[in-house]
Amino acid sequence: MPLQNIGTVYGKELTEALRDRRTLISTLLVPLLLFPLMSVGFFGLALTLEKKAEEEIPKVMLLGGADSPQVVGELRASKKIEVVPATPDWKDKIINKEIRAAIAIPDGFEASLAQQNPQTIEIYKYRGELKSSISADTVETNLKAYRDKVIESRLDANHVPASVLKPFLIKQENVAPPEKVGGAAFGGIIGYMVILLCLTGGMYPAMDLTAGEKERGTMETILSSPISRLDLVLGKFFLVLTASLVTAALSVLSMGVSFWGIQQLKAFDVTNNPDAAAMQLQIKLPAVLSVFLMALPLAVLFSAGLITISLFAKSYKEAQSYVTPLMILVIIPAVAAMLPGVELTAKLALIPILNVSLLCKELVTGTYHWNFIVLIFLSTCVYAAAALFLAVKMFQREDVLFRS
Amino acid sequence: MIETRGLTKLFKDKKRGEIRAVDGVSFTCSPGQIYGLLGANGAGKTTTLRMLATILEPTDGTAIVCGYDVVEAPQKVRANVGFLSTATALYPRLSSQEMVEYFGRLNGIEEAELKKRVDEIFTRLDMNSFRDRRCDKLSTGMKQKTSIARTLIHDPQVMIFDEPTLGLDIMTARTILEFIRECRQRGKTVIFSTHVMSEVEKLCDVIGIIQSGKLLAEGSLAALREKYKEQDLEEIFVKVVAPHYKPEEAA
Repeated sequence: MPLQNIGTVYGKELTEALRDRRTLISTLLVPLLLFPLMSVGFFGLALTLEKKAEEEIPKVMLLGGADSPQVVGELRASKKIEVVPATPDWKDKIINKEIRAAIAIPDGFEASLAQQNPQTIEIYKYRGELKSSISADTVETNLKAYRDKVIESRLDANHVPASVLKPFLIKQENVAPPEKVGGAAFGGIIGYMVILLCLTGGMYPAMDLTAGEKERGTMETILSSPISRLDLVLGKFFLVLTASLVTAALSVLSMGVSFWGIQQLKAFDVTNNPDAAAMQLQIKLPAVLSVFLMALPLAVLFSAGLITISLFAKSYKEAQSYVTPLMILVIIPAVAAMLPGVELTAKLALIPILNVSLLCKELVTGTYHWNFIVLIFLSTCVYAAAALFLAVKMFQREDVLFRS
Repeated sequence: MIETRGLTKLFKDKKRGEIRAVDGVSFTCSPGQIYGLLGANGAGKTTTLRMLATILEPTDGTAIVCGYDVVEAPQKVRANVGFLSTATALYPRLSSQEMVEYFGRLNGIEEAELKKRVDEIFTRLDMNSFRDRRCDKLSTGMKQKTSIARTLIHDPQVMIFDEPTLGLDIMTARTILEFIRECRQRGKTVIFSTHVMSEVEKLCDVIGIIQSGKLLAEGSLAALREKYKEQDLEEIFVKVVAPHYKPEEAA
């Protein structure tokens, strides 16, 4: 009978939720659209812009250098920059983005070079501006190439082989498979998004089923029926949990499809674009299922927490003002997991939300630390049970149900 | 049958401290009888009725409704009670029929029996034209009929009405009053709270006057007229209530 009652409440709440536009948007539409828009749209745009910035031939102003034809000739010969004549307002032109950088060659540069006196060539740029920084780097690369030529000629003049400057070579090689490289770069964001959507998915139904019910005057109606308050709160809880899990499931599915979509785009081909290496995020099915499994107790925790908080409110509007700070409380640990260098430890594995967020980062890279998985799953289950217990208790308090 | 024994309810208020909303109320209401609880705003009517419907738990004392104690067997009490007030609204996104069916299922009625009862009630109350319409699209009268159908679906022996006509137009209010009368004819125990004197005069077999949570006078209209030597119920009410009236309680 209790199960039947819980089912009756759940069925009714589901019918109402499916007829509520706000719930449908937060539960279905947001997770389905967010990942494709964020991943393909945002990252795609970022890479395209960066590529475009790299492809642009920047205008660079040459200040001085009239008595140094060789270095000027080297710079002018470069196909990656366009050297423009000097004007007195060169600083303004850099700031106004009319030119990307300026090169100041000191007077008598080549004469001093011949006497082997150290010289400094200054490159002026607009710090923080992407195209200016790329241009300054290009100029520096050109100048370094010229400097290497000078060194080589000096060594040659003294009959010293060029290899004397490089007694050995240093090379960095990646040994991690592509999914781990991509996972290390984006795993944190995935965990964060799943956690956040688990919360937002349950948010509107939780407020609607508690504070909304009080506001509409149906709380007294339902309390006058023979159903026990425990069955009533459980029926409502399962609906909020469903919304939360559907949002999480759709977000995981949408995430998988989005990254598959990214890999289909030629722009992200590693051979064509080395910078896109980190985008080679191959999420495997076990990783997807693991992320979802870890999100389960967290969804229970969120659903019960949301019901408890929203029930205290007298109206939908008041519930929103309570739930918004809760979002910040959830976002902070979820974001903390994305910070570089933050890794799972036994202590961090006990901090709710942060632990799941950190674990998702590992799971996406295909790393399974079973001791942490068990610890985090169990600790989150304990927090979830405590939150559910609190929600049930709140539903039995007259001062909360009839708060005025 | 309703029998209250020293029913008491205390509330704690941050500003006003402890409030005795209902203070040792005892009365009996028999089947086929309408008991009218008459009182000003804040007199304790709603709290008394909410305790009888087991929506609130008494701080002290108890009530026996249909043989069940409101403290010990609240679910059994609710299964035998139909509770209707202006505060018992409908679910806006459910249709009129879905609303009634939902409460039928919560009362444990089997699906075949539920369908039969829904059809019977919807025909009796002339509700078939809007049975599939969502509750938020219903007129006030249609909403009241749906609420009545909701309270009737489990055929309760006790009906509790808490200011059921508050804020309703005359025609809708008449439907409710006719329904209350019909409940008496069907042998149900009816308790009804109001501050509208004419409703009490027309309907009630026994009148209880409540103020500051205390039941100050009780009896039939004829008995009260004789006791207080007044014909007009309003005059009787003022005579009974005035010595105990505290304006701040009505706020």
